[in-house]
Amino acid sequence: MIRVQNITKRFGNYPALHGIDLEIQPGEFIALLGPSGSGKTTLLRIIAGLEFQDEGQVYFNGDDVSDIPVGKRNVGFVFQQYALFRHMTVADNIAFGLTVRKARRRPAKAEIKARAEELLRVVQLEGLGQRYPGQLSGGQRQRVALARALAIEPGLLLLDEPFGALDAKVRKDLRRWLRDLHKQMGLTSIFVTHDQEEALELADRVVVMDHGRIDQIGTPEQVYMEPATAFVSHFVGETNRLPDGRHIRPHDFEITATGSDRVIVDNVFRKGGSWRVEGRLTETDTIVEIDVDAHEAPPTIGETVTIAARRARTFSSAGDR
Amino acid sequence: MPSMTTRKARWRAPSVLPGFGLTFGFSLAWLSLIVLIPLSTLFLKSAGMGWQAFVDVGFSERALTAYRLSFGTAIAAAFVNAVFGLLVAWVLVRYEFPGKRVISALVDLPFALPTAVAGIALTALYAPSGWVGQYLDPLGIKVAFTPIGITVALVFIGLPFVVRSVEPVLADLGKDVEEAAATLGASRAQTFARVIFPAILPALFTGFALAFARGVGEYGSVIFISGNMPGRTEIAPLLIVTQLEQYNYNGATAIAMVMMLVSFAVLFTLNALQSIRRRRLGA
Ligand SMILES: Nc1ncnc2c1ncn2[C@@H]1O[C@H](COP(=O)(O)OP(=O)(O)O)[C@@H](O)[C@H]1O
Ligand SMILES: [Mg+2]
Repeated sequence: MIRVQNITKRFGNYPALHGIDLEIQPGEFIALLGPSGSGKTTLLRIIAGLEFQDEGQVYFNGDDVSDIPVGKRNVGFVFQQYALFRHMTVADNIAFGLTVRKARRRPAKAEIKARAEELLRVVQLEGLGQRYPGQLSGGQRQRVALARALAIEPGLLLLDEPFGALDAKVRKDLRRWLRDLHKQMGLTSIFVTHDQEEALELADRVVVMDHGRIDQIGTPEQVYMEPATAFVSHFVGETNRLPDGRHIRPHDFEITATGSDRVIVDNVFRKGGSWRVEGRLTETDTIVEIDVDAHEAPPTIGETVTIAARRARTFSSAGDR
Repeated sequence: MPSMTTRKARWRAPSVLPGFGLTFGFSLAWLSLIVLIPLSTLFLKSAGMGWQAFVDVGFSERALTAYRLSFGTAIAAAFVNAVFGLLVAWVLVRYEFPGKRVISALVDLPFALPTAVAGIALTALYAPSGWVGQYLDPLGIKVAFTPIGITVALVFIGLPFVVRSVEPVLADLGKDVEEAAATLGASRAQTFARVIFPAILPALFTGFALAFARGVGEYGSVIFISGNMPGRTEIAPLLIVTQLEQYNYNGATAIAMVMMLVSFAVLFTLNALQSIRRRRLGA
């Protein structure tokens, strides 16, 4: 079990993390989700031992590892830009973690070679071991980076925006594959992302961060359906914020004659499996987005309709940062 | 007019980068004017003197000694520069300290300083009565007027080549590669030996080659510190000048020819090694 307790980190005067608490069970797949600059990478690096906290502790299986250097923590780290060793073949990259071990703990040459081969198979790059990273595509490099991290049989796998630099299609394929790999290998993993869709699709639990704090920890279902703060509500999924303080998801609106708010329709278009209606509240000019079921007739542009909310949330101002 | 597109012979790979014809033509013209024409004049001149005469002067005992001295000291100096230039580049890239800009500017000074000034200054320092020489002399270490002195001058002249070649590559290397090595359990020494050093080796190689080439051709700073004793501390460029002063143009040409061919062979080999390596990395 990984426990992060009351971690605080400042860069100069700039507080990057304040009082972070987090517990991760063996086998869990955790997403750190938040906008750019919210402190996700910093937290991940502190857990890895690449950065040092100003206050607080990190425990691996009950042991305080705060003073244990990165090389002894046995964590696999996959860097955002992969950080492959360009002058080494793919196979040598993967074997690196084993070859740098002290002679006493280092497997025999043949065994290291076999390990690298096996990992190449796991990441579906069989036969590419003798290539150099410069000769691979982005998605392939990403998998080399993953294989290299897995070679040391890490107790914890950390991935910083693992799909950030890939194009949409590769991204989708790769994340499903990563999810399966995580399960098959029985890993405990934390990955950083600013993409809520990615977090909701992959993670067992999502940690939503903003301004160096954790706003909410919960299952994808929980953070989507029961956002703890206005920030989470807006960052995870879409939300309309009405002048009266209500936060309403586009699909929680319905267009009905008995509605209480009048809306002028500015635009109507297809969005996924439903209609998206963009309009303005007549009284305050607030922009609202409304989803209409695909098999219902959408309103026409320029029309004035009345809407009602099936479900709305309000947040105390303390949570409404 | 479909023939328009097919008429041009394809003697190079098609590329979307514009201006190949213009820039290649210009490069060739420029190179010819600056490098090829003077060098071919050298060729023609030495061809005109006859083989026996060429060998007699170009491979005389005195000339061979001068070549050995010139190439030997240039290689030694390039090695010294590779080590210390790397160190200087490392410090300049990795650390922030007061006066960093000043040090960085100092590195370029050997580029700008008239070489004779450097030679005179070094001689004053390392002569048996000089600031440094007076402490080395009792230890039996003679620098000025020996091959060591020549090497010292060439080290001074060649330092910027190594520093400026390595510096950008080191800066570009990225912390994350080192951090990756650390997460995989590598020690600092292992990270340097297996990750950082191989990554900057090509740049170090280039710096070495440049420093070596400069050292082979260096004249101004060396003639003061070497003492110019024929057969002992007479470098090949000096021998050429000596021949010229005696109106022995054929002799000068022959020696120049030999030097040029050896230098070209060395530089060509270094370049070829580099490009093989680059191709292998798929870059
Ligand atoms: N080494 C550093 N020095 C100074 N500020 C930093 C450093 N690393 C991160 N920061 C700052 O800390 C904040 C959090 O950064 P980071 O953890 O990288 O955010 P995220 O990964 O969520 O985008 C940012 O405002 C960033 O500018
Ligand atoms: Mg980040």
